[in-house]
Amino acid sequence: MRPVEQAVRESFGRLVAILASRGRDLAAAEDALADAVLAALERWPADGVPDRPEAWLVAVARRRLADRFRRSKTDAALEGSLAILAELSIDEPADGAAFPDERLRLLFVCAHPAIEETIRAPLMLQTVLGLDAARIAAAFLVPASTMGQRLVRAKAKIRDAGVPFAIPEASELPERVQSVLEAIYAAFGSGWDDIAIDGPDRAGSLAEEAIWLGRVLTRLMPDEPEALGLLALMLHSEARRSARRDASGRYVPFSEQETSLWQAAMIAEAEATLRRAAAMHRPGRFQLEAAIQSAQVGARLTGSPGPDVIALLHEALWARAPRIGVAVARAVAVADATGAEAGLALLEELPGDHVAGYQPYHAARADLLARAGRAEEAFAAFSTAIALTGDGAVRDHLADRQRRLLS
Amino acid sequence: MQYAILFYETDKEFATRDHTEEGAAYWGAWRSYIDEISASGIVRGGAGLLGPETATTIRLADGRKHVQDGPFAAAKEQLAGFFLIEVPDIDAALAWAAKAPCAPIGVEVRPTLPGM
Repeated sequence: MRPVEQAVRESFGRLVAILASRGRDLAAAEDALADAVLAALERWPADGVPDRPEAWLVAVARRRLADRFRRSKTDAALEGSLAILAELSIDEPADGAAFPDERLRLLFVCAHPAIEETIRAPLMLQTVLGLDAARIAAAFLVPASTMGQRLVRAKAKIRDAGVPFAIPEASELPERVQSVLEAIYAAFGSGWDDIAIDGPDRAGSLAEEAIWLGRVLTRLMPDEPEALGLLALMLHSEARRSARRDASGRYVPFSEQETSLWQAAMIAEAEATLRRAAAMHRPGRFQLEAAIQSAQVGARLTGSPGPDVIALLHEALWARAPRIGVAVARAVAVADATGAEAGLALLEELPGDHVAGYQPYHAARADLLARAGRAEEAFAAFSTAIALTGDGAVRDHLADRQRRLLS
Repeated sequence: MQYAILFYETDKEFATRDHTEEGAAYWGAWRSYIDEISASGIVRGGAGLLGPETATTIRLADGRKHVQDGPFAAAKEQLAGFFLIEVPDIDAALAWAAKAPCAPIGVEVRPTLPGM
């Protein structure tokens, strides 16, 4: 990323958070900021860049919000406009001081329980990082117009329902932090999650942007070990990105990846981040997931820890986060430690209606059946997994393995 | 901001209202909630409602009144009462909604249309 883009990205969320914090109108804040940036592009080349560019942008954006207030005459718009007017009276920071960083409040707004769960990640990417709806839509595999409408609706809900730009009370904080972490992880793309079976490599992945959000969160909440855990998890996964495909674009599963293609510096950062989290002695789901990644990477690089330790970590994660993806990963880890049949027994326990359309389940089951020498059943399971796989490279890989059963 | 908090109950709770013994516990729980929310000074209006069997629904079609016995939508949970409250944001409204005796069934929180 170029320095200018970095600066803009860093500023965008900060300024939107400031402009929207009283009126709660994210769309109006974004529009006003966009107008201010346009004005800057016209004025700065001629007049020179002002001493405090952010203050200049905020001042211009607030004038735009005031214009909007004067234009809105209807009763229905009055209440929102009064809030916008209140926005205009926020004191400027003293000369030389930076605006306070209100992005944490913005993250809590985007992940508020009143906001529909699947739109939280897109909302964060747009309001905190300034990503456009088309790019977000591509990553989430929905039409741009659909994503645009859903974002507009979510912002209207925030404004009209009165979602506060506030840090939640202590009693609600753990749950609310969890929602923020989950939304960031959703932005990262659970498709990258190769704890169980590598998922599809999504076009237009937002992994880098999600890592950016993760870094922002660890700066804003330095004492939250799960934020560090999430960052470590994302860094570990991202470090192996280029090893997931070979030169001809074919999918390479974790156990066969060229470890020299793994990014050592990123793995080291992930490990250091996870150590910082562990030192706080408050374990959680994301720290455990990162620890599993760390152990699996360690096992490939140095042969330690062994599969039994990795299986234990999966047990601990399962106890804390009993969800379907974790269950499948745990079954594979148990198979690695004690044999394919033991893993298959765990898969059998999962309720059929939960797993029927879940690709990782069928891919894992096919793999374990093949390892157990149950070729006929494995063949059928591979067929089911292939039918459920969206990613062409992964489909080819599964088809390869299915063919090998016949030889 | 002003919110309506809408309380929903099932046949069971509506029936309990007239019941001598269980009715006492039902009304006791509502009474202490109503006292608490009224004492907080946020209430702008509200009412408890008689059961859905007392509801009548009217629809105008082609200028003609179609009157029907029963509530607007046939559902297991029916509107049992509401408060109009004035609080700073949705978190405060949700906190009051969560305290209602019928919270295990469901309470809907909606901002009111401004300027009415």
